[in-house]
Amino acid sequence: MIDLAIQVGQTAKPEATLFWILAPLSVAAALGMLLVKKAVHSAILMAFVMIALAVFYIAQGAPFLGIVQIVVYTGAVMMLFLFILMLVGVDSSDSLTETIKGLRPTAITAAVGFGGLMISLLGRATLGRNAVGVEAANAEGNVQGIASLLFSTYVWPFEVVSALLITAALGSMVLAHHHRIQTRPTQRELSIQRFRSGSLANAAGLPAPGVFARHNAVDVPALLPDGTAAAASINASLKARGDVLNSSVFELGNIDTSVEEEK
Amino acid sequence: MMTSTTLVYLIALPLAGSAILLLAGRRSDKWGHLLATGLSASSFFVGLYQLSLMLGRSNSERPVTQKLFEWISVGTFKIDASLMLDQLSICFVLLITGVGTLIHIYSISYMSHDADRRRFFAFLNLFIAAMLLLVLGDSYLNLYVGWEGVGLASYLLIGFWNQKPAYATASKKAFVMNRVGDMGLSFAIMIAFATMGTVSFSGVKAAVDHTSTAALTSIGIMLLVAATGKSAQFPLQAWLGDAMAGPTPVSALIHAATMVTAGVYLITRSNFIFDAAPTAQLLVVIVGAITLMFGALIGTAKDDIKKALAASTMSQIGYMILGAGLGPVGYAFAIMHLLTHGFFKAGMFLGAGSVMHGMNDEVNMRKYGALRKFMPITFATFGLGYLAILGVPPFAGFYSKDMIIETAFNTGGAKGIILGCVTLLGAGITAFYMTRVMILTFTGKSRWDDEAHPHESPWLMWLPMAILAIGSVTSGYLLSHGDALVNWLSPLFVNHAEHAELLSPLVVSGLALAMVAIGVAIAFVKYSRNEVAAVAPTDVSIFTTIARQDLLQDRFNEAVFMAPGQVLTAVLVKTDEAVIDGAVRGVGRIALGSGSALRGVQTGFVRSYAALILIGAVALVAAIWVVTQ
Amino acid sequence: MNAANYLYLSALLFTIGAVGVVIRRNAIVVFMCIELMLNAANLSFVTFSRINGDLNGQVIAFFTMVVAACEVVVGLAIIVTIYRSRRSASIDDASLLKR
Repeated sequence: MIDLAIQVGQTAKPEATLFWILAPLSVAAALGMLLVKKAVHSAILMAFVMIALAVFYIAQGAPFLGIVQIVVYTGAVMMLFLFILMLVGVDSSDSLTETIKGLRPTAITAAVGFGGLMISLLGRATLGRNAVGVEAANAEGNVQGIASLLFSTYVWPFEVVSALLITAALGSMVLAHHHRIQTRPTQRELSIQRFRSGSLANAAGLPAPGVFARHNAVDVPALLPDGTAAAASINASLKARGDVLNSSVFELGNIDTSVEEEK
Repeated sequence: MMTSTTLVYLIALPLAGSAILLLAGRRSDKWGHLLATGLSASSFFVGLYQLSLMLGRSNSERPVTQKLFEWISVGTFKIDASLMLDQLSICFVLLITGVGTLIHIYSISYMSHDADRRRFFAFLNLFIAAMLLLVLGDSYLNLYVGWEGVGLASYLLIGFWNQKPAYATASKKAFVMNRVGDMGLSFAIMIAFATMGTVSFSGVKAAVDHTSTAALTSIGIMLLVAATGKSAQFPLQAWLGDAMAGPTPVSALIHAATMVTAGVYLITRSNFIFDAAPTAQLLVVIVGAITLMFGALIGTAKDDIKKALAASTMSQIGYMILGAGLGPVGYAFAIMHLLTHGFFKAGMFLGAGSVMHGMNDEVNMRKYGALRKFMPITFATFGLGYLAILGVPPFAGFYSKDMIIETAFNTGGAKGIILGCVTLLGAGITAFYMTRVMILTFTGKSRWDDEAHPHESPWLMWLPMAILAIGSVTSGYLLSHGDALVNWLSPLFVNHAEHAELLSPLVVSGLALAMVAIGVAIAFVKYSRNEVAAVAPTDVSIFTTIARQDLLQDRFNEAVFMAPGQVLTAVLVKTDEAVIDGAVRGVGRIALGSGSALRGVQTGFVRSYAALILIGAVALVAAIWVVTQ
Repeated sequence: MNAANYLYLSALLFTIGAVGVVIRRNAIVVFMCIELMLNAANLSFVTFSRINGDLNGQVIAFFTMVVAACEVVVGLAIIVTIYRSRRSASIDDASLLKR
C-alpha cells in the first residue's frame, strides 16, 4: 500500500483521483462526527478522517508522517478515546438540542465566516504558485531526511518535547489516580454484610449470565431457580445501550414470580 | 595672589562652637554661652591677626586665599571651596566678629533668664560662621552657601521664641521673602556660568570685557534682586519690621549691623559687573532712593521702638545701596557708611534692648518717657548713637552720610540733583524720627505702667553699648581721616576721573545740617512742647495711618502676590480633585464598570468561551484579510 | 493536481472541528474535535512542506503530533476525574466558574 501511495503521489493524475475521492469523504465524516448522537460513532468517523489524512500525507511525500499518523493516532490515541468512552460514557447518547441560547447560530455563523475568510486568504496566497515538491528533499529517503533535521536543527525542541511527554504521562497518572477514603472491604466483611442484610435472596451472589438459559451468551439473562429471568445478571452497560434481548422471552412459564429482583 | 593657612579658622571656630553647643545639648547649658563668646572673640583675634599681616604687605599683595577642598568637579566645571580675604572682606570680618563678640557679651546677661540661652548662642555662632563664609567666599557659589546660611540663622533667631505663633510667622515671612531674593542670586550665578563659564570673582571680573551688555545687565538685576531680599530693600522690604520679633541682640547683630548689609557687600563685590551695566546700576540707585524714603517715612509713625529702629535701618541701608549704585565714586562711601552704621545702629538697638530690659519687655515708646534719670548710661550711649545717625559733626554719621549726599549731588545732571535732594530730605526725616524716639523714650513725663520699675542694666550689658558708642563717635573720623578707607579699598575698584563738583563739601554739610536742624525742631515742637498720649491717637491723618501700616506694604503684598496665589492654589486644588483625581477614579470606575458589564459573559460554560475564542479568531483572520488585501 | 487543494481541505476540516468544539456537549467528542483541528493543521504543514520543498514542515507536524498526544493523555485524565466526581461527561455540567 505504501508503494502504491508513493506511486500515486508521484504522478499527478492518480493523486487527483485519490484526492477527489477521499477529500469529500473525509469532510463528510468530519461533519458526521458533529451530527451523530453517539460518541462511539463519532470516534469511528474520526478514525476514518485520520486514516484519510494519513493517506494524504503519504501522497504528499511524507510517508513517515503517514505511518506515524496511523500508528500513533489511529492506533494509540483513538484506542485511548474508545477506552475512555467505555469507561465513562458508552451507556449514554447525547441530546443534540442546544441548551445555551443563541450559541449554535453564533458558532455556525462564525465558522462560516472563518472558513470563508481562510479559503479566500489561502486562494490569495497560493494562486499561481507551483509546488516545488519534496522529491529533492526526500532524495535520501523521507525518514532519513526527517531524522537528520530532527537530530540536528530540532534536537533541543525534540528533547523538550520528550520531557513534556513524560510529564504528561506522569501527570495523567496522578490525575486519574483514585484515593480511597476507606480501606477496601475484605471478602470476609462482604460475606458477613451479605448475610446480615436481611434478605436471603442475594446471599448466594448474583447469577452469571446464561446460567440455565437456552442461549449461552452475555446478553441473555440467567434463569433463577424459580424459572424467572434474572435482569441483574446482565451487564448494565449492555442494558443502557439497549443491546439486551427481552428477558421475558426466556422465562420458563407461568410459575410464581414473586421472588424479588435484586439489583 | 598669596595663600594663607589660617583663614579657615575665622569660620571654623564659631562653626565648631555652634556644633558643640547643638550636639552637646543640655549638658552644655552651664558653660555654652561662655564657649560661644570665647570662640567668637577668638575669631575676632584671628581677624586682627590677618589685618596685621595685611598691613605689613604692599598694596597689591594684600589679598590672600586658602583652598579648602575641591568642591565640584564636573567636566570643565570646577569649583573649589576656597576662601579669599582682601581689603573689602577684612572690613566685614572685623565688623562681624567685633560687633558679634560685643553682642555675645551683651546676650550673656540679656538672655540669662531664658531657659534656652545655650541654643541662642549656638545659633549666634552659626550666624557668625555663615556670615564669615559669605564675605570670605572667593566665588559666587561659595558666597551663596554663606548667603543661605545667614538666611537660616536669621530664620532660627527671629523665631527663637517660636512658642508665640506671631513670632513663628514672622520668621517664616522673613525666610520666604528672603527666598525670593535668593532665587535672584541663584539666577545670577546661573547666567554668569552660562555666559562666562565661571563663577569665581576673579574669573567673572576677567570675563566682563568680552561679555555682552545684555548678559551683564541681567546678572546685575538678578544680583540686585538678591540684595533687595537680604537687605530689606524695596520691593522685598516687608520682612524686616516683623523680624523684630527676635530677641533684641539678634536685631542688633543680624538685622542692623551685619546680615542686612550683605546686599551692599554683594553689590560692592560685584562692582565690575555694575560698572559695565549702567542700566542695572541705575536700578540700584533707584531702589536705594525709594527704600531710603520708604524706611524714613515708616520710621516717623512707629510707636514700637524696635520697629522704628528697623525702619531706620532700612532707610540707612537705602543710603548704602544708593551709594553703591553711584559707581566707583560711591563704593567706598557705601562701605564706610556700612561700617559706621554697624556701630551706631547696633549700639542703639542694644540701648533699646536695655530699655526693654528695664521696662518688662515693653516696646511701646508711648509707655516710656523720662527714662533719662533711671538709665543714665543707656541714655548716654543711645544719645551718642543718635548724634551719629543724625550726622552731627564730628560723630560717625557726619563723615559717612555726608559723603554719600555729596557724591549723589556730584553725579551730575538731573539725576544728581534728584538723588541729592532725596538724600537730603532723607537726612531731615531721619533727624525727625530719631529725635522723636529720643524724646518719647528718655525725656518728658513718665507714662509707664505702675508695675514697671525702670533700672539701669548690669555692666555686661552696658559695656558693649559703651564700646559701640565709642565707635559711633570715632569711627567716622578714623575711617575718613586722610581718606583712609578710600585708599585702603581703592585697589579693588576702577579708578575714576574726578567729577566737576556741583556743590562744595562745605555747602553740602551746611545743607545737611540745616535739614537735620529742621527735622529736630519739628520733632521737638511736636513731641516735647505738646503732651504725648500714652495710647496712640486714632484721629490722625490718612498719611499717618498709612505710615503706621508700613506704607501698606503688607496689604500690597497680600493683594498682589498672596491673593492671586491663593486663588491659583484653590483652582489647582479643584483641578486636582476634578481632573487628576477624576481621571484616577475614572480609571477605577471604568475598570469596575467594564468588569461588571463583562461579568455577564462569564456563564461558566466552556463552550461559550470557546465560541468567543472562535469569534476572536474570525476577527484576527478578518484583520489579516483586510491588511493583506 | 494543485497542492492548494489540500490547504482548502485543511481549512474546511479545521472549521468543522471548531464548530464541533462549540456545539457538542460530550467532553470526549469535544476532545475529538480538537484532535480534528490539530490534524487539519498538520495537513497544512505537510502541504506547505511540499510546496516549499523542504522537510521542516513535516518535522513541525511531527512535533504537533507529540504535543497532541500529551494533550489527549492529560485531557482524558481530567475527563475521568470529572466523571468520577460528577458522574457526567457533559462539559456543561462543569460550569461552576461563573458569577
